[in-house]
Amino acid sequence: MTNPAPILELRGVNKSFGAVHVLRGVDFNAYPGQVSALVGDNGAGKSTLIKGVAGIHSFDSGEYLFEGTPANVHAPRQANALGIEVVYQDLALCDNLDVVHNMFLGREEKAGLILDEITMERRAKETLAGLSVRTLKSVRQQVSSLSGGQRQTVAIARAVLWNSKLVILDEPTAALGVAQTEQVLKLVRRLADNGLAVILISHNMNDVFQVADNIACLYLGMMAAQVHTKDVTHGQVVELITSGRSGDLGVQPEILSNGAVA
Amino acid sequence: MSATQVTDVDIPEAGDTGGIGQALRDYFVRVKGGEVGSLPAVAGLIVLIALFSVLQGTTFFTALNFANLINQGTAVIVLAMGLVFVLLLGEIDLSAGFAAGTAAAVLAVGLTKYGLPWPVALIACLLTGTVIGLLLGLLVAKLGIPSFVVTLAAFLGLQGVMLLIIGEGGTIGIQSDFLLAIMNRNMPVWAGWLLWALVILGYAGVTFRAIRARKAAGLSGSSASVWAAKVVSLAILLGIAVYLLNGQRQIVRAGKQACVVMGPPNEPVGCIPTLQGVPWAVLVVLLLLVGLTFVLSRTSFGRHVYAVGGNTEAARRAGIKVSSIKITCFMICSTMAAVAGVLLASRDNSVSPTTGGAQTLLFAVGAAVIGGTSLFGGRGRVIDAIIGGLVVAVIANGLPLITSQSGIQYVVTGGVLLVAASVDALSRRRSSASGR
Repeated sequence: MTNPAPILELRGVNKSFGAVHVLRGVDFNAYPGQVSALVGDNGAGKSTLIKGVAGIHSFDSGEYLFEGTPANVHAPRQANALGIEVVYQDLALCDNLDVVHNMFLGREEKAGLILDEITMERRAKETLAGLSVRTLKSVRQQVSSLSGGQRQTVAIARAVLWNSKLVILDEPTAALGVAQTEQVLKLVRRLADNGLAVILISHNMNDVFQVADNIACLYLGMMAAQVHTKDVTHGQVVELITSGRSGDLGVQPEILSNGAVA
Repeated sequence: MSATQVTDVDIPEAGDTGGIGQALRDYFVRVKGGEVGSLPAVAGLIVLIALFSVLQGTTFFTALNFANLINQGTAVIVLAMGLVFVLLLGEIDLSAGFAAGTAAAVLAVGLTKYGLPWPVALIACLLTGTVIGLLLGLLVAKLGIPSFVVTLAAFLGLQGVMLLIIGEGGTIGIQSDFLLAIMNRNMPVWAGWLLWALVILGYAGVTFRAIRARKAAGLSGSSASVWAAKVVSLAILLGIAVYLLNGQRQIVRAGKQACVVMGPPNEPVGCIPTLQGVPWAVLVVLLLLVGLTFVLSRTSFGRHVYAVGGNTEAARRAGIKVSSIKITCFMICSTMAAVAGVLLASRDNSVSPTTGGAQTLLFAVGAAVIGGTSLFGGRGRVIDAIIGGLVVAVIANGLPLITSQSGIQYVVTGGVLLVAASVDALSRRRSSASGR
């Protein structure tokens, strides 16, 4: 399987917080129409990498290419402008507002001074229909009355509402039951099938192997490997996560020992 | 979450969402799910009115007393309307009462000591409120001091500022006819009915247009029968109020005749001045209700206020400038307090160091919460302040007719506030528990 041109390309990015070197020369690609899983143990640097992509903090060094051109992303707004949307683990929905209000929060459609509820409701419905979401009773329901899976659906729909090109999902299934996990994973797959690039952060190997096209393993702030899902086994990925190496794959032993000491 | 609920359920097709029966069923489901809104307050209001009417019908349920009740409640209602904005954020403003007093003091001193024309003094008074709100908002939003502490300090501080402005122990009379008329004069009878007609037509027109626009866009909306029922019940309810207020409240003695006096008050005339019509203060409250409701429900600012109150972090991530929303809400609250200060000064014909003091603020917070505005933020409407304010006013007005002990009034009002806060807390728990 040949990869299309990556929409997001990180080359040798570094990030330190004080004395802690969190990301060490990380390379990472995300491709349109593909789900790229980002896996790694706690503290491997997944969140830092994602926050750098989303502009919450900027990388110390390294290249950040979006659609092949160097991009300057130092604030969430700049990432949004490029077409990058992040769905955080805690979803960031307002319980007291309804589905439409949440989807347009901060970017309301207006007719003059007045909120254009009709346009917003119609666009929200179109977006949900485009994702084949049929689990919501009404888009005028308050979010407080939704289940975990429905909330995740709303959060994801909000992310794709803005003609986004890259959607980053932070552990979307962590708090869900079996049926709802299935439902959300289908939605994740549909996003990629609609042509979006999707980055999926997950701890769950079953989820990763079910939906991801390629898997990127972070180990102690280093990119152990980014490989096609069908080229690796479950066991290899676990090995990459836990030891940074698996056969020919992974970080070179000498770098590994240096890295571990540093 | 059971598996049956996870399976696909189609989004309902566009069109009518049923008639009145369906609307009532939907409302019942919402109430069961914890969205009680103003229901407890309306129920409480009906019970209280019924209770006082039975116990003291001859004095309580009269046109004169109805007008009194409005006169007593207006300032608290306006104060509560401003507090709704701060409460929606999950904050509190304990200083609003003395912000009202301070603004009123500025008004009084401006009129008397500096001899300003009333419009200038009025603007200075309102600006005083806005500046107080700006300072409170900056301290809360930028420094991050809990609003409880900031406004408690302002509660004490403003009391002092007010004393300094008025001068120790002084009472300053208000001379402006216009300002006095707000709380002391009534509309002509025809104007009351005209206002009634305008309100009903306005409400019917706006809601009808909204329904039609939704239909045209192929979205589901409430049906015509529900719309008609709402309009008719509003018309009847307000019609009764206008009818009562338009009744003759002056007690006409034998040999004398009531007549309309248009001149300034206290002008000697040959007859007893007639006392009937809707108080002008009602118009003030009505305009504020429409304006502030528009801001909260139809503008993106209003939407952001709810968002910040519901989930500050989510609002921040959505790109909403949380601190400027907070500051603006405090400014609105204190400006409304200044309006309340004008009303208090107009009602008492003067400003004294007690203006806006005593229980004014607690009654206003009580009014907002009793009306259905949540103390936890994110839930509430401007009209809550009116409904809750009426409950507070009915208690304050009705209890003294039954008992001469003022202690009982405090105990009862405190109890009602506690009940309202409990309903708030319980409904919040309910709505987070119900996976409707």
